[in-house]
Amino acid sequence: MSIRVIAEKCIGCKLCVAACPLGAVNVTKKLARIDIAKCNFCGACVDACKKFTAIELIRDNVQTVDKSKYRGVWVFAEQKEGRIANVTLELLGEGRNLADKLSEPLCVMLLGNQLGRLARQLICFGADKVYLAESDQLAVFIEDSFTEVITGLIREHKPNIVLLGATAVGRSLAPRVASRLETGLTADCTGLEIDPETRNLLQTRPAFGGNLMATIICPNHRPQMASVRPKVFNRPQRDELRIGRIVRYDYKDHSLTQRAKLLAVVKESAKTAGIAEAEIVVAGGLGLGDAGNFEIIEDLAQALRGGVGASRGAVNAGWTSYAHQVGQTGKTVRPKLYIACGISGAIQHLVGMQYSEIIVAINKDPKAPIFNVADYSIVGDVLEVVPVLTEEIKKVRIEDKEPVMSDSEQESELVLSS
Amino acid sequence: MNIIVCVKQVPDTLEVNINKETNTLIREGVDSVINPFDLYAVEEGLRLKEQYGGMVTVLSMGPPQVVDTLRQALSLGADNAVLLSDIGFAGADTLATSYTLARAVKKIGHFDLVICGRQAVDGDTAHVGPSLAERLDIPHISCVIKIHEVTEEYMVTVRLTEEGTEKVKLSLPGLITVSKGINEPRFPSLKWKINAARSEIEVWSAQDISADENKIGLKGSPTRVIKMTTPQHNRQGQVLEGSTQEQVTDLITKLRQAEVL
Repeated sequence: MSIRVIAEKCIGCKLCVAACPLGAVNVTKKLARIDIAKCNFCGACVDACKKFTAIELIRDNVQTVDKSKYRGVWVFAEQKEGRIANVTLELLGEGRNLADKLSEPLCVMLLGNQLGRLARQLICFGADKVYLAESDQLAVFIEDSFTEVITGLIREHKPNIVLLGATAVGRSLAPRVASRLETGLTADCTGLEIDPETRNLLQTRPAFGGNLMATIICPNHRPQMASVRPKVFNRPQRDELRIGRIVRYDYKDHSLTQRAKLLAVVKESAKTAGIAEAEIVVAGGLGLGDAGNFEIIEDLAQALRGGVGASRGAVNAGWTSYAHQVGQTGKTVRPKLYIACGISGAIQHLVGMQYSEIIVAINKDPKAPIFNVADYSIVGDVLEVVPVLTEEIKKVRIEDKEPVMSDSEQESELVLSS
Repeated sequence: MNIIVCVKQVPDTLEVNINKETNTLIREGVDSVINPFDLYAVEEGLRLKEQYGGMVTVLSMGPPQVVDTLRQALSLGADNAVLLSDIGFAGADTLATSYTLARAVKKIGHFDLVICGRQAVDGDTAHVGPSLAERLDIPHISCVIKIHEVTEEYMVTVRLTEEGTEKVKLSLPGLITVSKGINEPRFPSLKWKINAARSEIEVWSAQDISADENKIGLKGSPTRVIKMTTPQHNRQGQVLEGSTQEQVTDLITKLRQAEVL
């Protein structure tokens, strides 16, 4: 591939500079220059320069697959203990939109053991077809066997798009599948669209710690694979009357590769469990001053029956465990209500909670960046405000006659084998 | 136990600046650091070596200045370091990166375990570890926070999930990606610092690892960034006024109106 600026045609207008997603174009002395080390030959500058045609891009003949052979939007259904993961339902909603835009079917891959009932559920939530692979070797998630079955199904049926949830399972599985198929994969998407011109999937995801949003395409390879963060898309309505097909694959007599084995599952105590799924999260930061004060966060969370979150600073100070950390190197949450207490709001924290529906920030420093993303701001001392808030919430709860749940700190360990 | 640890040099993200005109990251003047999760990977490699013997080789791909990052790993106690640097590697997405790393791992030869950080804080994809395992045809476990038991044939690990943790047995040779919480990385020692300064770091080109030129760099990358935009925060922020009691009462009223309480 090569790209060059035709000096006689270039007027130094800088339209190409603004168009380049990678900052690879500079204009000096009224002449555009392209830094080849940064350029990815996407052609955005060429499009921007339509008027002057001063940039020439020569693309190598890339080996492209016959894209017309790839049809259908597919979703990998994540299930645990006989329950479909929320993110799978959210993907069915968005998958349905994409499939309708492309006039292609929406299909689901469901792997496990004795899941017939769930297959029907997936149809009610929008699937046209469910590929159901059952075997006791698929009863729990193991990367090897799941990769084998999924790549087998994809090679046989050639879907156009494959979507997975960006969960622990999805993030471990998707790169293995994409690598075996030698196709492109975009991680942690927060937006999906179909380009009306090329019919490519436009995949949007946060880049550089959430400072930028990148739009990524996979123009010459199929399927186009993307993982999607939980709680980005809405759950579709359940339609009991929807009709779809269930196609069974029997792997009972088929020996699947399994070079890893699940020995035991340890569930977190109710107090820390699943802040990624919680409807309300109360999070504490360094503004609390010391470890003992972290209790007021837990009290408020308990009164709201929500989860406890923390900034990286609070975790590093040892006030609470890493399981509670929200942000770039911790968990991403998207609750209905996020209350940030004594958290300044570094970008690394914001990327983990900025998609919450309502954000409340309580902080002493009126200039704290957390206030830039907050719906409701209280400038004040967390140690003063939070206990008052907790008391008022309790009063409201009593008025509503809703019992305040007591939390169980018991960890449960389910030993499968050893 | 022979261990290969993959590391990435990343911009010190606390100092990220955006060029408003071009909507791109200003990389000039930004310090580079070793990816924080990779520090845990290096530390875990060193601990396993101290307990079970063997060698720790640190591997990275990037421009020539990445030798600084590798020297940092050597100053912590790694035995060898290899840098993959070639203009042909530029513009690689995670598929091309994992192919390139796999070629290098094969050239390094015998290993029992590959360790990667769970994700790089600049790209945040968490793809390269599992993808590399696939390229090497070995099993992997992501987000490991504890290693319980190690034998020649397998190791027992604890990985993070949404609900808690899982104890998983992994056949060796295998690959793990490690998360914060697995250890507390050490500081460089003077002895190893001197060693590191004297060490030659091998730099391998595409030719050195017999890479297929269609599978590396931009050419080997199926994905392409076509647009970068600055995220918009569309919140109509409202500062609540009055005494603490008034602010709290006001807040509760608003939250009830919004039906979150």
